Amino acid sequence: MIQRRSIRQRLGRALGLLFFLCFALFPLYWMVLTSFKPDRELFSEQVNYWPVHPTFQHYVDVLQRTAFGVYLRNSLAAASAAALVVLIIAIFGGYALARFKFRGRQMSLMALLATQMFPGVVLVAPLYLLFSKFHLLNTLLGLILIYITLNIPFAVFLMRGYFADVPVELEEAAYIDGCNRIEAIWRIVVPALWPGIVATIVFVFVAAWSEMVFAVMFINDEGLKTIPVGLIMFVSKFNVSWGMMMAATTMALVPIAVLFGYIQRYLVQGLTMGAVKG
Amino acid sequence: MPKNSRAVRRLVPYFMLSPSYLFIGALMLVPLLMAILYSTQYYMIFEPFNRAFIGLGNYLNIFKDPVFWLAVKNTLVWTFSSLVLQFTLGMILALLLNAGPFFGKPLYQALVFLPWAVPGFLIGMTWKWMFNAQFGVINDLLIRAQIISQPIGFLSMPSTALLSVVLANVWFGVPFFAITLLAGLQAIPYELYEAGNIEGASSTRLFWHVTLPLLKPTMIVSTLLRVIWIANFPDLIYIMTEGGPADTSQTLSTYIFLTGYKSLNIGYSAGLSVVLFLALVVFAVAFIKLTGFGREEA
Repeated sequence: MIQRRSIRQRLGRALGLLFFLCFALFPLYWMVLTSFKPDRELFSEQVNYWPVHPTFQHYVDVLQRTAFGVYLRNSLAAASAAALVVLIIAIFGGYALARFKFRGRQMSLMALLATQMFPGVVLVAPLYLLFSKFHLLNTLLGLILIYITLNIPFAVFLMRGYFADVPVELEEAAYIDGCNRIEAIWRIVVPALWPGIVATIVFVFVAAWSEMVFAVMFINDEGLKTIPVGLIMFVSKFNVSWGMMMAATTMALVPIAVLFGYIQRYLVQGLTMGAVKG
Repeated sequence: MPKNSRAVRRLVPYFMLSPSYLFIGALMLVPLLMAILYSTQYYMIFEPFNRAFIGLGNYLNIFKDPVFWLAVKNTLVWTFSSLVLQFTLGMILALLLNAGPFFGKPLYQALVFLPWAVPGFLIGMTWKWMFNAQFGVINDLLIRAQIISQPIGFLSMPSTALLSVVLANVWFGVPFFAITLLAGLQAIPYELYEAGNIEGASSTRLFWHVTLPLLKPTMIVSTLLRVIWIANFPDLIYIMTEGGPADTSQTLSTYIFLTGYKSLNIGYSAGLSVVLFLALVVFAVAFIKLTGFGREEA
């Protein structure tokens, strides 16, 4: 809406926007600030709101005294594997739902939506027993299978929306040039919706990176822990060294915050379709 | 279109969707049925040979369990208060953003939506530190503002533990509503506002008679999904309070997680999760019926 506004209205809007900015950023600022404060400053009555004696000591401690590098590697492996598999599955699933009319199409859409309402905790006990039978407990493969499953519905919805935006004519031209359907999808359609593909990959990656419940339940080996499992153990092991905690938290957050900032506007397209979780 | 026999062509979409069905069937549908089965059994992880069918035994124990009823109450408080605050603040933010361009808007949006990207366990840890009873910044700010005179142990007091976690959850959820509602606002044709302006309608009237009705489908879908999602989100509570003190911040999702994880009582945990699942299904159906969602689109 473009209207002439009074000074008072504009000032009110500016103050409102400022409030939301401070609300959103303060906890993140505090997290990063804490990670740079020396212990004697952290555990004193005098609380400083800016770095007075900044130090990298907590980062050094996290990297040297803990297996953070291992956790990071495991999270990276689980999240990327899940993101790639989900992408391929979602490309085909989304294409089928966007381009074909078939019996059960409406029901498939409803079923995918219904899974979004599914409590994840219901799965914990049965999957624990199922996985122990198939020797998938305490493996990254087990976690990856869960992350794939949990993210398929939303990713299929996203891809379906992006496919629907690609003109059918583009594809038909490829058939005339002698492509079969798979070739047409890979060579013509997929490149045309590159932003959607990036958005889907990042969405699944962030979701897998953030997952805590299954990781805590299913992983015991120090060498297989992902970041949430590793960090939760920090609390008991290092008697709550908040500086170290916040240094580790910052390191775990930065990669996905950057990715997320980049794809946020592509995700909005997917969200308008009303199928979203998290 | 490629030349295939008709019969084969008819199968193509099913073939393309089969991996999705396979994963969802094997790792969501089968476990759901298993959970229903386990909920009728006495089943402890460390007593595999004592496993036995006990009918509704777990459910009877659940309904006699005072922690269960406390968790039900807390789940309602947790879900409802988080939702109302997230929705209200998200709506205000979306309206502020929708009121025209300003300098640096893309950067502003990227920053103000950032909490949405932060994993639950990281949010929990950061807010746990901010709520710290001795050295936490929230106590310091409140003392500086002379609202309190002594530091408060927000997460260790029964009266404040749940509300403190709600605040962290609100921080997390505002961007979700802001993003979805903003997308809904941007889809409203500008001509409708112009027509209203010509007829001399005030901006308040325009909001109630143009914006809200057209935004209704977006509001319904996002609220429904959010309620279910918040009710199933144990991460923050688990990290910040572990459901304590004395179960005063225990919700059904944390209780299911903790009975499975710590006491390893599969039957009981499965029974709890079936109760939560059924409650959410009933809620979703009632919500869709009451709001009339889907009728105007059909």
